[in-house]
Amino acid sequence: MPLAACSGGVLEPQGPVGDADRLIMFNALEIMLVIVVPTVAAALVFAWWFRAANTRARYRPDWAYSGRLELIIWGIPLLVIMFIGGVIWIGSHQLDPYKALASRHKPLEVQVVSLDWKWLFIYPDERIASVNELVVPTGIPVHFSLTSASVMNSFFVPQLGSMIATMNGMVTQLYLEAGHPGDFYGESAQFSGDGFSDMHFTLRAVAADRFQQWIAEARQAGPDLDRAGYIALSEESQKVRPFTYRSVEPGLFQAVVTRELPPEPGPPGSIASPSVRPRGAK
Amino acid sequence: MLGKLTIDAIPWDQPIPLIAGCVVFAVAIALVLWVILKGHLPYLWREWITSVDHKRIGVMYVLLGMVMLVRGFIDAIMMRSQQAIAFDAPGYLPPEHYDQVFSAHGTIMIFFAAMPLMIGLMNFAVPLQLGVRDVAFPTLNSTSFWLTATGALLVNLSLVIGEFARTGWLPYPPLSELRYSPGVGVDYYLWALQISGVGTLLTGINFVTTILKIRAPGMGYLRMPMFCWTSLAANLLIVAAFPVLTATLAMLLLDRYLGFHFFTNTAGGNMMMFINLIWVWGHPEVYILVLPAFGIYSEVISTFSSKPLFGYRSMVMATMAICLISFLVWLHHFFTMGAGGNVNGVFGIATSIIAVATGVKVYNWLFTMYGGRIRFTTPMMWSMGFLITFVIGGMTGVLLAVPPADFLLHNSLFLVAHFHNVIIGGVLFAGFAGITYWFPKAFGFRLHEGWGQAAFWLSFLGFYVVFVPLYAMGLLGMTRRLQHYEVAAWHPWALVAAGGIVIMALAALCQAMQFVVSIRRRDELKDELGDPWNGRSLEWSTASPPPVFNFAVLPNVRGEEPYWQIKRRAIETQQLSPEPRYEAIEMPRNSPTGFITAFFCTITGFALIWHIWWLMGVGIAAAYAVFVWFAWRDVEEYRIPAEEVARLDRERRGAREKWLAEHAPESAPA
Amino acid sequence: MSATEALRQGRPGEVDPYKLGRGRAPVPGHGGGGRDYATGHGEGGPASKRVIVGYGFWIFLLSDIVMFSAFFAAHAVLQTATAGGPTGRELFNPTHVAIETAALLASSFTCGLSAVATEARSQAWTQFFLLVTGLLGLVFLSLEAREFADMVARGAGPQRSAFLSSFFAVVGLHGCHVTAGELWLGTMMAQVFVKGFRPNIMRRLVCFNLFWHALDIIWVALFTIVYLIGEGR
Repeated sequence: MPLAACSGGVLEPQGPVGDADRLIMFNALEIMLVIVVPTVAAALVFAWWFRAANTRARYRPDWAYSGRLELIIWGIPLLVIMFIGGVIWIGSHQLDPYKALASRHKPLEVQVVSLDWKWLFIYPDERIASVNELVVPTGIPVHFSLTSASVMNSFFVPQLGSMIATMNGMVTQLYLEAGHPGDFYGESAQFSGDGFSDMHFTLRAVAADRFQQWIAEARQAGPDLDRAGYIALSEESQKVRPFTYRSVEPGLFQAVVTRELPPEPGPPGSIASPSVRPRGAK
Repeated sequence: MLGKLTIDAIPWDQPIPLIAGCVVFAVAIALVLWVILKGHLPYLWREWITSVDHKRIGVMYVLLGMVMLVRGFIDAIMMRSQQAIAFDAPGYLPPEHYDQVFSAHGTIMIFFAAMPLMIGLMNFAVPLQLGVRDVAFPTLNSTSFWLTATGALLVNLSLVIGEFARTGWLPYPPLSELRYSPGVGVDYYLWALQISGVGTLLTGINFVTTILKIRAPGMGYLRMPMFCWTSLAANLLIVAAFPVLTATLAMLLLDRYLGFHFFTNTAGGNMMMFINLIWVWGHPEVYILVLPAFGIYSEVISTFSSKPLFGYRSMVMATMAICLISFLVWLHHFFTMGAGGNVNGVFGIATSIIAVATGVKVYNWLFTMYGGRIRFTTPMMWSMGFLITFVIGGMTGVLLAVPPADFLLHNSLFLVAHFHNVIIGGVLFAGFAGITYWFPKAFGFRLHEGWGQAAFWLSFLGFYVVFVPLYAMGLLGMTRRLQHYEVAAWHPWALVAAGGIVIMALAALCQAMQFVVSIRRRDELKDELGDPWNGRSLEWSTASPPPVFNFAVLPNVRGEEPYWQIKRRAIETQQLSPEPRYEAIEMPRNSPTGFITAFFCTITGFALIWHIWWLMGVGIAAAYAVFVWFAWRDVEEYRIPAEEVARLDRERRGAREKWLAEHAPESAPA
Repeated sequence: MSATEALRQGRPGEVDPYKLGRGRAPVPGHGGGGRDYATGHGEGGPASKRVIVGYGFWIFLLSDIVMFSAFFAAHAVLQTATAGGPTGRELFNPTHVAIETAALLASSFTCGLSAVATEARSQAWTQFFLLVTGLLGLVFLSLEAREFADMVARGAGPQRSAFLSSFFAVVGLHGCHVTAGELWLGTMMAQVFVKGFRPNIMRRLVCFNLFWHALDIIWVALFTIVYLIGEGR
C-alpha cells in the first residue's frame, strides 16, 4: 500500500532529535558552501578567461609558486575545518544516540529486536509487544534498547532523527521523541538479506491518552509472546503484517541479548554451527 | 568428485543470467576462434600474453578495466531500471537476483574496473616519466596483471556457475557467515579478491621499489613528475593496506570453511571487528584509487595550460599528508555503530583534516590554470568536469563526516550519491582523461576529438541526471539496496535517475565510437613527433609508441620538468643535442609465468569455491611448480644490439629534427 | 652562463652540453662506489639489481608484518572471548613453547651460518647449514602440529571459541609461513647445488635469509603476545 502520507524525509523532522540533526547538517552545509561556491566559480572563471583564444589574458608561463597564495591556500581550508571540527565535536556529544533527552517526562522504554525480516517492539513496562508497528505517545522521549536476532540491521525513522545499528548479542541505545502526532515511515538502514526491502515499519505517534487506549486494546487480543512464540517468530518471513502480542514474558529481551534464546537459524538447509554450545545453554 | 558442483549450479530457471551467460560465452568463443583462425595467436602470445613490458601490461590492465567497467555499468542499468519500476510492484529482478546485482556492481567497479584502470595507467606512464626502461620486477608485474584477471574471471563465472555474493560489496558478518549465506556466492567473492589481492600487493611492492630506487640519473625526489609522487603514495597505501584486506577476508574464509569463530554470532565472535578491520583497509583503498587520479589531473592540467604545476612542493606535502591521514579516518564509515561521542568526534575531525589536503590540491590546480593558455582538448575537459564534480562530492563527504548528519544519512542513497560523486568525478573521469592523454604515446595515433568531447558532455550531464535524484531520495529517507519500495515520493526521482542512466549509456556508446573511428582513421590522427600535446615530462621525449627499451640512453635530468627544458633549449638553439654513443641494451625476456600461474590460481580458486579438494591440491602444486620452473631458467635477459638501438633512436631524432625545421625559433610551442 | 651560450662559444670539451648521455659525471655524495653505480638516492640513476631486489623484498616483508598485525589486533580483541571454554592458561605448556622457540632461534643461527658459507662460496658448508636450518624448522613445525593436535583432542580446537579461533589462526599463519619457507629452502638447496653461486642465486639466498630471520622476529612477537601475555589470563 503506497505510504504516501509518511514520505517526508530527514528535511522535515517531526521531533527534537531530527530537528537538531537537521540543523547541524544545514550548518555544515552552509560552512562548506562558503568554500565550494567560490571554488567552482573560480574554476569556471579561470578556465574561461585563460582559454588560449583569449589574447587579453596575460600568459605567465613561469609562474608556479607564490608564498602568499600558499598561505591562503592552506590557511583558509584549515580555518574552515577547525570551525567544522568544533561543530563535529560538540554535535557528536550533544546528539550521541545514547544521550538522554532533556524532558520533564520519564522516558518510555521500548525494546527493539530486528529479525529476519521484521521488527519486534517490546514494551517491557506495559508488558505487550508489537510487530512492524511502533506506537508512541507524542511529547514524551522514548528510550530504545536494541538488539538483533540474527544479522546486523539499523533502526531508522527518518523523520524522527538518528539511526542506530542493531547487533546480535549486544545492546545499542537510542533516544527519540515525536513532537507531533502522525504516521512516520521506519526502515532498516543496514542491508540484511533477501527480505530486507520489506523490513519497513510504521511509527505511529499519538496523543498520550490514545496511547494508553492502544495499550489496553492490545492486551485484549493477540497471541502471547513467550519463548515458544519468539522461536516461532524467529523463522524467516517477509512482508509481515503488523500485529500485537497481548503479553510478553518478562526478561525475554535479555534472553535474546544473552543468546539464551539462540540467534535465528538462517535459511533452511544452512549449517548452524554444530560444534559449539550457546553460552549459558545446559 | 566434484565437491558441491552439480549441473544445477547453472541457472537454468533464471532467463537473465542464462541468456547473458550464453551471449558472453558465444562472443568469447567467437573471439578466440577468430584469433586462432586468422593466425594471430602466436603474435598475441609473444607480444602480449607473455610480455613483461610495462607498456604492454599497462594497456592490458586498461583493457581489462574498460571491459569490466561495461559489465559493472550493465549492473547499474539493471539496478536503476529495477528501482524505476519497482514502486509498489515487484519489478523484474527478484531479491535473490537483485542482491547479487548490486553486490557484483560494487565489487566489479572497485576491484576490477577502477583499480585496473589506475594501475594500468601507472604501469604505462611511471617508468617513462622516471626516464627508465621498466619497473623493478617485470615478471612479477605480468603475474600481478594475470592474477587480477583471474579475480575478474571468477566473479564473472559466478554469473553462470553458481551465484555471486548477496551481501553487498563488503560482506558484513553475520550475514556473510555460513549460517546466513550458505551458498557459494560469498566464497566466489572471497577467493576472487584474495587471488587478485595478491596481484595488487605485488604491484604495490613493484612500484614502491621502482619509484624509490629506479630513476634516471639526476632525478631527485623533488624533480619527479607529480604523477609519480601520487603513484608512490598510492602504492605505499597498497603495501600498507592490502595485507589487512587479505587478513580480514582470510578470517572470514576460516569461519566459513573451517568453522572458526572470528565473526560469528556464537562462541564469542565479534562482528564489529570485521567492520573495523575491513574499513581500515577500505578507507586507504579509496585513496589508492583517487591519488593516481589526482596525479593524472596534475599532468593534464599543467600540460594543457602550458604552465608548470603550481605549488609543486605543496602538492607533494598534501599528497603525503593524504597518504598518512587516510589510515586515521576509517571509523567514519560506521558512525552509527554506537561508538560514542568521543570516538565519533575524533574520527569526524580527522576526516575533515584530510579534506584540507585535498582542498589544497584543488587550489593548486586552479592556480596552474591561472596565467596559462588553456587548450580545451578532451583530457582537459575531463579535468574541468572533475574540478566541478569532485568538489561537490567532497563537500557532501565533509557533510557526512559530521556524525549527527551521518546519523540521518548513513547508508541512504545520499551516501551512494556521495561516493559515486567522488569516484566517478575523481577516478573515472581521470581514467578517461589519462587514456585519451597517453593513448597516442601507446599506439602512435590520437583519439578522435569530436567523439571524445561528446562522450565527456554526455557523461557529465548523465552523471548529474542520475545522481542528483539520488541525493534527493536519500534526503527523503530512502535507504540503499532496496529491491522494491512503497513510498510514492521516491518514485519520480527514481524515474529521472533511470533517464540519466540512458544518457550515460549514450556516453558509453560515444566512447566506443571514439575508439572505432580513431582506429579507422589512424593515419589521419597519426602522432609523428611523439609529443602531440606539447608535453612537459619525459615520456614525450620518446617516439610514439616508444621502443621496448623506452630510452636509447637514460636522460640526465637537470631540473623539474626535464623534457620541457630540453625542448626549450632545442628550440632556442634550433638543434637537438648531439647524438649520444649507442650501446647494446639488455631487456628482460618475456615469460609465460604470470599467465600460467594465474591459470592454475583460477583452477585453485574454482576448486576451493566448490569444495573440490583434489583439484585444489592439483592447482596449488602446479602453481608452485610453475614458480620453480621459472626460477630455473638460465637466461633472464636478451640483448638488443647497439645498431638496432641506434636505428630506432635515429628515427626518433629524425622526426624531431623535421619538426624543428618546420617550426620557426620564435614561435612559442603550440 | 647558460648552456646555450656555452654552446655558442664553442667551449672545448663540452660536446654534450645538455648531458643527454650516460651521465657519467660524478655526482657528489650519492654516486656510490665500486660496481654499484648508484644506490638510487635520486641523483645517481637506477640502483643495482642487488639493491633493487633486496629493497623490494624488504617492502614485501613489511607488508607481511602488516598482515600479521591484523591477526595480532584480532587476537587482542578476542583474547577474552573464550565462550565458557578453555583459556590460554589452561592450555599453554610453557616448556613446549620454549623448545619450539629454541628450535626456531637455532635455525636462524644456522641460517646465518649458511650465509657466511655462501659468502665464502663454499658449496658443502652452505648445503650443510641450510639442511640443518631446514631440519630445525621441521622440528618447530612438528612440535607445533603436536600442540594443535593435542588441543583439538582435548576439545579445544578452533571451532570451540573465538579466542581459540584467533589462536589457531595467528599461530597457524606463522606455521604456514614456516612451511612455505621450508619449500623455498628445499628449492634453494637444489638451485645452489645445480647452478652454483651465480649472482641471481646469491640475490635469492639473501631474500631467503631475510625471510627466515623475519619469521623468527614474528615468532618472538607472537609468543610474547599470545603465549606469555595469554598465560596471565
